[in-house]
Amino acid sequence: MGYTLNFAAVWRSFDQLLEGLALSLGLAFVSILIGAVIGLLVAFALMAKSGWISRPAATYVTIIRNLPILVLVLFAYFALPQMGVRLGKIESFVAVLSIYSGAYLAEVFRAGLLSIPKGLTEAGLAIGLTPMQIRVSIIVPLMLRNVLPSLSSTVISLFKDTSLAAAIAVPELTFEARKINVESFRVIETWIVASGLYVVTCSILAALMRVAERRLAVPR
Amino acid sequence: MSKLLLEIQGLRKQYGALEVLKGVDCTMREGEVISIIGSSGSGKTTMLRCINMLEDFQAGRIVLDGEEIGYEQSNGTRRRKSEKDIARQRALTGMAFQQFNLFPHMTAAQNVMLGLIKVKKMPRDEARAVAEKWLDRVGLAARADHHPGQLSGGQQQRVAIARAIAMSPRLMLFDEVTSALDPELVGEVLQVIKGLAADGMSMLIVTHEMRFAYEVSSRVIFMNQGVIGEEGDPKEMFANPRTERLAEFLKTSSFN
Repeated sequence: MGYTLNFAAVWRSFDQLLEGLALSLGLAFVSILIGAVIGLLVAFALMAKSGWISRPAATYVTIIRNLPILVLVLFAYFALPQMGVRLGKIESFVAVLSIYSGAYLAEVFRAGLLSIPKGLTEAGLAIGLTPMQIRVSIIVPLMLRNVLPSLSSTVISLFKDTSLAAAIAVPELTFEARKINVESFRVIETWIVASGLYVVTCSILAALMRVAERRLAVPR
Repeated sequence: MSKLLLEIQGLRKQYGALEVLKGVDCTMREGEVISIIGSSGSGKTTMLRCINMLEDFQAGRIVLDGEEIGYEQSNGTRRRKSEKDIARQRALTGMAFQQFNLFPHMTAAQNVMLGLIKVKKMPRDEARAVAEKWLDRVGLAARADHHPGQLSGGQQQRVAIARAIAMSPRLMLFDEVTSALDPELVGEVLQVIKGLAADGMSMLIVTHEMRFAYEVSSRVIFMNQGVIGEEGDPKEMFANPRTERLAEFLKTSSFN
């Protein structure tokens, strides 16, 4: 082919890529945090005895899980303003990713809740704890330990989904890479470096989750 | 005679069409140790679980220390008390379960401390001291910082008893606490319960250990098909059962 790789142009703009990566991480962090709160509430709602609580929760999860996230991103950014809801690019994307991760985390958390023996709740009740105290001190901490292994892949997946923010010109990693690609014409080099950054970041995230798993493991 | 502690009148409980308790009446005085025996399905565990409202019940009253448990009656209607009230009432009794039900993410000491801190609002270091005292009492002072997964079944059950007792309940409920244990671990748990009996703790003990019921109880209640079939002094009852059912039950149980 006779093509010689030349990374010089990419290295010159490397700071831009790192800034993009930082924004990607920030978007993921904030969205997953909000999503975890949504997911926790929805997971408990899914398990509620009353259909008035469980059905809306199930509907939310079904709708979100059956929509491509790109459609949600475009909808929030282009359609919502037409309906009078005006959000900035970043706010709009964080809102979408939060709602999206909420639905996925709700399913993960629900599975974790199901595996907690009912006897633990009864033991909590028997010493006079209220149902809310039992959730806070016993159920949620155990559930989080249960789900950590599957949480890891969900978190990584949600981090990668931040690349879709490029579609509405949020200057995260993918968007910055595209800019450098256009400016430098070093197409192959740019995307190799951007891909490398994603792979390294995801590997670090996975390693951190494994550390958390080990630290929090129930000793036996 | 000591003070009246527990009064159960006309207790009825059903799961759908299945009536498990068909009108149970009994009273208990402070310091009594009562064993509840009977074949499975006779309603003994359900009766125990009604006393701390782990089971709702449809009719009857349970009065503990002069306080009606779980429900309030006003102008003819019966209403379940608020969750907060019920939680407070549950702390009046302590319960040990067949499956121990220790919180697996907490150490033995933390298991005992949780209720002291959250329910009794005890400062953490005071709760720790109380927990250590009771763990020592059940012979597990050296295991205070072990997690349940690192303890044997017998040790776990002793922690569970310490967790309940540390709350200084008015009445202890034991629900087949040795049934899930390997035979060689049963003794250490029964020893702890005997010690509590000697201290004058009021206890209701659902058990299959006839020898134990015989030795520690001041009274035995024989449950049969949702009602009390017979009750009385264990020595008399076991020697001369008055009903056919009890005679049969004793014959098939491991007592002899």
